[in-house]
Formats: sequence, structure tokens, C-alpha cells
Amino acid sequence: MSLLELKNVTLKFGGLTAVNDVSFAVEEGEVFALVGPNGAGKSTIFNMISRFYTPYSGDILFEGKSILNKAPHEIAGLGIARTFQNIELFEQASVLQNMLVGRYTHRRSNFLTELLFTPFVRREEHRHREAVEKAIDFLDLQPYREKLIAGLPYGVRKVVEMGRALAIQPKLLLLDEPASGLSVEETQDVAFWIEDIKKVMGITVLMVEHDMHLVSSVCDRVLALADGKKLALGTPREVQTDPRVVEAYLGSDEEEAA
Amino acid sequence: MRIVFKTTYEADIRLFKHGAQAFWYALLLIVAVAAPFLLGDFLTGEATNVLIWAICGMGLMLLVGQSGQASLGHAAFMAIGAYSCVLLESAGVPFILALPLGGIITGIAGGLFALPVTRLHGIYLAIATLAVSVMMEDVIVLAEPLTGGVNGLIAPDIEIFGVNFNRYGNASGLYWLILAIAILIVLAYRNIQRSPLGRAFAAVRDSEISAQAMGINVARTKATAFAISTFMTGIGGALMGHFAGVFNQETFNLVISINLILMIVIGGLGTIHGAFLGAVVIGFLPQAIAFARDGLGSIFHFGSIAIPGLETGIFGTILILFILFEPLGIYGRWVKIRTYFELFPFARRDMFRRQKSYLKTERIR
Ligand SMILES: Nc1ncnc2c1ncn2[C@@H]1O[C@H](COP(=O)(O)OP(=O)(O)OP(=O)(O)O)[C@@H](O)[C@H]1O
Ligand SMILES: [Mg+2]
Repeated sequence: MSLLELKNVTLKFGGLTAVNDVSFAVEEGEVFALVGPNGAGKSTIFNMISRFYTPYSGDILFEGKSILNKAPHEIAGLGIARTFQNIELFEQASVLQNMLVGRYTHRRSNFLTELLFTPFVRREEHRHREAVEKAIDFLDLQPYREKLIAGLPYGVRKVVEMGRALAIQPKLLLLDEPASGLSVEETQDVAFWIEDIKKVMGITVLMVEHDMHLVSSVCDRVLALADGKKLALGTPREVQTDPRVVEAYLGSDEEEAA
Repeated sequence: MRIVFKTTYEADIRLFKHGAQAFWYALLLIVAVAAPFLLGDFLTGEATNVLIWAICGMGLMLLVGQSGQASLGHAAFMAIGAYSCVLLESAGVPFILALPLGGIITGIAGGLFALPVTRLHGIYLAIATLAVSVMMEDVIVLAEPLTGGVNGLIAPDIEIFGVNFNRYGNASGLYWLILAIAILIVLAYRNIQRSPLGRAFAAVRDSEISAQAMGINVARTKATAFAISTFMTGIGGALMGHFAGVFNQETFNLVISINLILMIVIGGLGTIHGAFLGAVVIGFLPQAIAFARDGLGSIFHFGSIAIPGLETGIFGTILILFILFEPLGIYGRWVKIRTYFELFPFARRDMFRRQKSYLKTERIR
């Protein structure tokens, strides 16, 4: 059984078919990438997995069970964490607080015990903080712990968002363009982190990325999309040399298809 | 500037960040407890009034500052608190139970109200809550058999275990009682801030979409914020009813709702300090205005005529000035002054300027 499976998923925005009959499966323990030109439907696929959008047809299975009957806020609890292409952090809260929100799915106290801050809530709080501090250490975020997001540079925000997703301790991590807008050094860090997330933490990663260099260095398998349709699936090398993929990129100019 | 070396998780959890902070709050507590000995009965009464405003204000602060939802109708919930508490008392429930029960009834009402309306955002939510405040006045008048209509209700003297807390007979006692309640509410507020629910409030306030991705049920969290907020405000309303002695729908009219909003904005959004500082302003400004008017009147010989709308006009002007020049309120200004002196002479002008927020799209909504 695959960890995540999309079966003939189609999604339309009015007349536009953003995702057209796409099927693929992500196996446990791998790093899987979605690539394709702008507007190919990559983020839309993420948003369907997060249940922000409901497919027009087809099914999405996580650990063998359909998630289409779940509400968006039930997805994290299944063990699916994500980041956003346009960084969606909690601006008026500190880095630490943002990451602690990632622990929400592990909350076992309720509002009454929290109002009283019972010893149980305190013990839980220690547990949450321990987990978050691990993520902070892992991502070298100590200098920013207490800083408000609103004042942080772009690169740090990207990392914080990844940390917040890791705080969920998910089985599947969805990263939407983790390296976009980052410097070469920062991109290298991201590559190391993704390796560790896979090997040390044992988390399966599904990512969208334009930087083909990063994709070929960390990904096991790649799915290329264009105009919502599946073009090619295979190892990074296979996909990059696939004539249909080359054509899709050349046809739509730009992109670092190098 | 004080650097706190954190070596345990407790360092982030505990109520006071460091010993000096605990010291200042202990001093503040001593001053607050000793106040009636220094102030005399009249001013003690005024201070009691400020504390009641602060309690109501903390309720609204939690909603607006923490969970990011506007309410222009919180006076309606003060009314629910006051009426349910006094009605329970006239049914024979002792005050010590009637007060929390009144709060709980208000909280339930607030939570139920929130479930349908928290889908609304910003100005639309504000309008819905405004409507509640307007409607509540009519409801109170119409429900005369229960509420006494325009004649209102008479709140009995507060009595706990045989001790009478009459406003005039035992001004200090009433002050201490309400101070204790205010402290309990502050503690509850702090507890929420440092636990998962408080962070969920912030999450819902700052990005509903990623709050959902973190597993937060947005509608439920907003309703919880409403329930806890209206619980606190309901307690405050019940105390205000007792403090006034007699109250009717006018005691909790729209102006009170607006004053509450003014209070938390002027005091400083999102902080407990803000609720108290705002309460001081709201509590003493009418006196200050009357004082200034009489003073000017005697200088310019126009006597002490009442100028209709003067108070509201001045409140409004102050609010606009704060929004324009000090959106962080009095508390925000204080933090800046304190930091300036802590860093002296190294403070920079642009230190509090926020970096430009990065472009965000709303595409996914
Ligand atoms: N909410 C929406 N309403 C209407 N159209 C949308 C919406 N979201 C996405 N689209 C359209 O669907 C198509 C796929 O968009 P999507 O964001 O999935 O692309 P992408 O592959 O992530 O591209 P990029 O590399 O630019 O992020 C685009 O044509 C886009 O304009
Ligand atoms: Mg995208």
C-alpha cells in the first residue's frame, strides 16, 4: 500500500481544467517531486491533498483510505503537514509560538484545563516545547526563537514554515517550492535538511520545486506535469531527458530546466 | 536591556519572565491592595469602577487582540451577565454562585451567537455584533416580566458568607472583592495565552488557511474565543450591575459597547496591560472632562452648561489620534519609552518600525 495515492484526479476552476486526470502514488520513505512549468497545477494538487479544494472527480487515498470525506482541519491529524508557496505564517506571533502551533494536533488538554493551567497542561506544555526545540535545533533557528515573524527576512520565514510543519511530526510532508527565492547556500541547507527529514526522521516528502538541481540531488522520483496533465514519471534523470518534458519547458520558455 | 538565559522549558512557561518582573508586579499588587487606605471612599469607588471596566475590557481584549475578531456589541453580553446574575440572586442563589453562573450563561450565549456569525469577517462581523447590541436593548424592554423593562432591576447588596459589600457601607471591601475577581480573570487570561488554545487564537487571527493546515478547527476556535470572551465580559457586566445598584437597558447601551472598543484600542491591543490602562482612561475621562469644562466655564464665564455629545466627541477624537499616531496604544508607548531608557543612549528611531510584509496572495481562499 502506498502512503499517498491520487487516482484519476481532476479539478476544474470554471472552464479551466487545472488538474486533468492525474494519478500517482507516493511510497513510504521516498522523496517525491512534482515539477512543471508555471500554472501546471502543482500547488492545486497540494491544495486538494490539504482538502482546501475538492476534486471534481477521482479519489485521494492516504494510507489506503480516502481523505475526501475529511475537513481541511482533519488532515494534519492524519499525519500530513505542509508548507505554502506564498509562506503562510502567523505574522504577529514569535517563531517559537508559530512552531508550537504545529503541535496543535498533539493537544490533549481542553479549554477548561487550559484556563486553569492544571499540572497536566503544564506537563503537556513541556512535551510540546521539547519537540519544538528539537525542530529549532535541527533547522538552526535559535537566533530567531523569540522574534516576531513580521520582522523576519524571507529566507528565515521559509525555514520557520518548514519547522512548523515538522513540529506536527507528520508521516508525509508536503513542501511547496521549499527553495524558491533562497540563495545558493540556503538552498544547500534545504537539500541537507530534506535528506535528514527522509533518512533520520523517516518522513516521506512530496515536494514541488522548480530548481532541477535540488530536485535531482534529493528526489527519488519525479512527476512532470504541464497544463494539469501528467507528462512523465521516473527518476530525476529519466524525467529530465524525456522529450515531452523538454518540449513542455521549451514550449513555455523560461524555467531553470537545466 | 535584560538578557534572560533560558535553561528550562519552564522559563518560557512561567508567569513572570524574571525575578525583577515578579518584584514589580508584587509591588503593584501591594499598592493595589493598599489603595483604599490612601484614597478615601469616593476615589476607592472610582477605582472599583475602573477595575470593573478592566474586567469587561479583558473579555473584549481576548476576542479582538488574541483571536482577531471584532465586536461592537459587547455591552449586550454585559447585560446578559448582569440580568442573569441578578435574576438568579432573586431566585435565591447566593451571589458567590450567581456571579460565575451568570458568566457561564453569558459565555454559552456568546458561543452560540458565534457559531453562525464567525463565518463573517472584519466589518461584517462588526455589523452583526453591533446589531446584537442594538437588539439587546429592545429585547430587555420587551421582556419586561423578567427584566423589569425600562424600570430596570434592583441589584441586591453583594453578600458573601454574611459579609455585606455595599458600595457605600463597605467601599473598601467591595474594591478588594472586585480586585480579587480581576486578578483571577488576569490569571485565566494568562493561562490561555500560554497554552495551545491561546496559540490557536493567534493562528486563526493571523492566517485561517494555515491554521487549518495545522489542524485547527477555525469555526470552533472562534466560537471558543467568543465564549471565553463573553464569559469574562458577562462577569464584568454583573459586577457593573451591582455597582450601579439599579440598571436597565440604558446601562448597557451601544455607547458602552463603543467605549469598550475605545478602551482596548487606547490601552493597547492584545495586552492585558492595555485593558487596565484603557479602563483608567475610560473611568476617569468623564470626570476629567467635567472638571475641565467647569474650570474653563468659570474662567470664560459660560457657567457649567452641559454640552451634548461632548464626552463621546472627545472619546472619538482620542481614538482617532491613537489609531493614527500610536496604534499600539498606551502600553505600546510605554514599552517604547522603557526600551529607550534600557538601551540609552543606543536607541534608534527606526527600531520599532516593522519590516515590510511580504507580498501575499489570497489565491487559495
Ligand atoms: N483559486 C483559483 N481559482 C481559479 N484558478 C486557479 C485557482 N488556483 C489556481 N488556479 C489556476 O490553476 C492553474 C494551476 O495553478 P497552480 O497554482 O496549481 O500552478 P502551479 O503548478 O503551482 O504553478 P507555479 O509554479 O506558478 O506555482 C493555473 O492556471 C492557475 O491560474
Ligand atoms: Mg504553485
